[in-house]
Amino acid sequence: MIPELGQYALMLALGLAVVQGVMPIVGTRSNDPALMSIAAPAALAQFAFVAAAFAALAVSYVTSDFSVLNVYENSNTQMPLIYRLTSIWGNHEGSMMLWVSILTFFGALVAAFGNNLPAVLKANALAVQAWIAAAFELFILLTSNPFVRIPNAPFEGQDLNPILQDPGLAFHPPMLYLGYVGFSIAFSFAIAALIEGRIDAAWARWVRPWVLVAWMCLTLGIAGGSYWAYYELGWGGFWFWDPVENASLMPWLAGTALLHSAVVMEKRGALKVWTILLAILTFSLSLIGTFLVRSGVLTSVHAFAVDPRRGIFILGILILFIGGALALYAWRAPLLKQGGLFAPISREGALVFNNLFLTTACATVLVGTLYPLALEALTGAKISVGPPFFDMTFGPLFIPLMAVMPFGPLLGWKRGDLYGAAQRLIAAALAAAVVTAAAFALERGGPVMAPFGVGVAIFVMAGAVTDIVERTLILRVPLRVAARRALGLPRSAWGTAFAHFGIGVTLLGIVSVTAWGSERIAEIKPGDSLTVSHYRLTFDGTFGRTGSNYRDLVGRFTVHRLNGDIVGTMQPSRRAFPDRNMATTEAALMDRGVSQIYVSIGDPNKDGAIPVRLYFKPLVLLIWLGAGIMFLGGALSLSDRRLRVGAPRPARSKQKSRALPQPAE
Amino acid sequence: MTRKQRRLTLIGGGMTVLAIAVALMLNAFRGSIVFFNSPSDVVQNHVPPGTRIRLGGLVKDGSIVRSDGLDVRFEVTDGKTEIPVTYHGVLPDLFRAGQGVVAEGALDRGGVFDADTILAKHDETYMPKEVADALKKSGHWKDDYAQRAALPVGGASQ
Repeated sequence: MIPELGQYALMLALGLAVVQGVMPIVGTRSNDPALMSIAAPAALAQFAFVAAAFAALAVSYVTSDFSVLNVYENSNTQMPLIYRLTSIWGNHEGSMMLWVSILTFFGALVAAFGNNLPAVLKANALAVQAWIAAAFELFILLTSNPFVRIPNAPFEGQDLNPILQDPGLAFHPPMLYLGYVGFSIAFSFAIAALIEGRIDAAWARWVRPWVLVAWMCLTLGIAGGSYWAYYELGWGGFWFWDPVENASLMPWLAGTALLHSAVVMEKRGALKVWTILLAILTFSLSLIGTFLVRSGVLTSVHAFAVDPRRGIFILGILILFIGGALALYAWRAPLLKQGGLFAPISREGALVFNNLFLTTACATVLVGTLYPLALEALTGAKISVGPPFFDMTFGPLFIPLMAVMPFGPLLGWKRGDLYGAAQRLIAAALAAAVVTAAAFALERGGPVMAPFGVGVAIFVMAGAVTDIVERTLILRVPLRVAARRALGLPRSAWGTAFAHFGIGVTLLGIVSVTAWGSERIAEIKPGDSLTVSHYRLTFDGTFGRTGSNYRDLVGRFTVHRLNGDIVGTMQPSRRAFPDRNMATTEAALMDRGVSQIYVSIGDPNKDGAIPVRLYFKPLVLLIWLGAGIMFLGGALSLSDRRLRVGAPRPARSKQKSRALPQPAE
Repeated sequence: MTRKQRRLTLIGGGMTVLAIAVALMLNAFRGSIVFFNSPSDVVQNHVPPGTRIRLGGLVKDGSIVRSDGLDVRFEVTDGKTEIPVTYHGVLPDLFRAGQGVVAEGALDRGGVFDADTILAKHDETYMPKEVADALKKSGHWKDDYAQRAALPVGGASQ
């Protein structure tokens, strides 16, 4: 009964989406406020019904209702409750349900909290949001129905893919989807602005918080996925340039560009047309990511779909929305008015530089991801474009961007003083130079470029600090005055500094691990030792352990310093899942400051020796710590007064003047 | 500067960055692309020793020989041709006789494939797509691979 109710709720949501997609647009065309005002309650109701459908699926999972095919295939009574819940989105149908739930959730948020928006913009944006929701609800109902029943319900379900049975899965997909789907709001607002044919600086102010939220979630989602791959896949890599990862990186790059161009538009009224295009492209890349992952065109653990109908359906959605949006853009964008002027050396110029490099880097990732697919479709030749391609294209584009980043916030709007900014960055540059020299002196056998990479990372971090120092005048005025100035700074200034600092932290971690990480791979017997960096690990032996739906073969290692002091023990294991006849590697990690020792083991052979991978990962935790700092920066920026306060006064008066002939509003 | 000049500066800068990116990509494409081959492809195309390729097929039953340390030898087959492979390292979780495998590396002069990476990003019901296609081509695709991947007992209906 409950699954049927869920399906019914989803159908009703689809009906509501159609209403929400049509009526408000008719209303804005015919200037009928009653029709326009349908949008908000429809969006709220649509979310309620999608949430009900999602809840119905969740109930089926929690109660282990194996008469539902989706539950049978992905869940098992032996699994802990948390994994029964997370397996809802550990499969194709369920993850599409999550996608639509989040999409309608954002729609409902706009409906509930968008009171300060002009009525026409709000109605149009919610209508566009409804088209997207309708397309994906139709997709679920026609090709990926999670509520399909099996006639003779089995007593026990299959299992969730063991490598997905991990706390990481509870967190990573929802965060990623909040990011992906969050950009739909910017897309809907962009399309709404194009339909209306007018746009002003206030548009950027309304859209920026949504972009910020999506960007923050995507940042955490990508970092979470990266950490999950790092400890779960057993070989200690944090980024593989796998197409699925690229699919999440591309919207992040475009979204970061959008975040910055929206600042220019908000403050200076410039780059309007470009910002609209970026808003369209960012969500288009989210859609492309969804297509790549969900259609099964890729060979990867993420590609659950085996049904080509799904691929064609999503491709249809993709063409309809991206093609439609770009066509509308080509038609309407020339109507939008030009913005303010600025000199090439200025804050705007720096942000344009940022946009140029971010979008170009994004384009290289897109080419590297799609080229193998295109080549196979056209010639049948199967190739793989691996990490070397991305290292050779993405790296050279990203490093100059990093090196220029500290200058941006120090330049004035409209016309900047590059010489002045450079003078203020002398301390940061000195710090970077000293650390680079130290890295050269201390390193043994890393790549030549690595100390320079460290230098750039330090420069970025020190540059972010310089920005705050310059704004608070902390070195020039008494501490009390500086503290007052610091409190008085706009939160968005703190946000910028934190986010930029975070990028530097992440870069430092990446450079350090890539250049100076050490690994030992060997087969060892109980009593043997392996040495890595400043630590020696002694293998004590193995023992068995039983979990809820798995058996562990645990290897016990004692960790010593080279002088013999015992630091602790590490217990990596081989985890066998009998229901799936599969095994996973459970690595053991030990934090040493922000560095880590990483051990994983393979199956023991006949004489009791086990293959061991042992790594020392210097400063590895900085990679994810940096992402956390970026998230914090986003949060600070989000709490900025001008975003909380909402619509600026001039726009409010405009809204009032336009609302005058419509007293019903 | 006039508006026009500024716009030209912008466009010029954009074009320069784009041109650099295209140059970087073309350069990277030349050096870092790896072609996928089945064992039969390797023989037919006369892949020269030292060229990096991906070799995909099934791990031949009974061909896995583990020697001291972490050296492994096995044969990759597509039902028609077999290629011996050597690998030093820890094999992935899903490496098993009779299962699909993709190895990346190069042939040595003696016709042995020296792999430095073994990919097995599939589970017990799922084949790497390249391997499945290669097996279908050589006529050794077993239907039960697809069946195992598809449906549980009893089948499904609405």
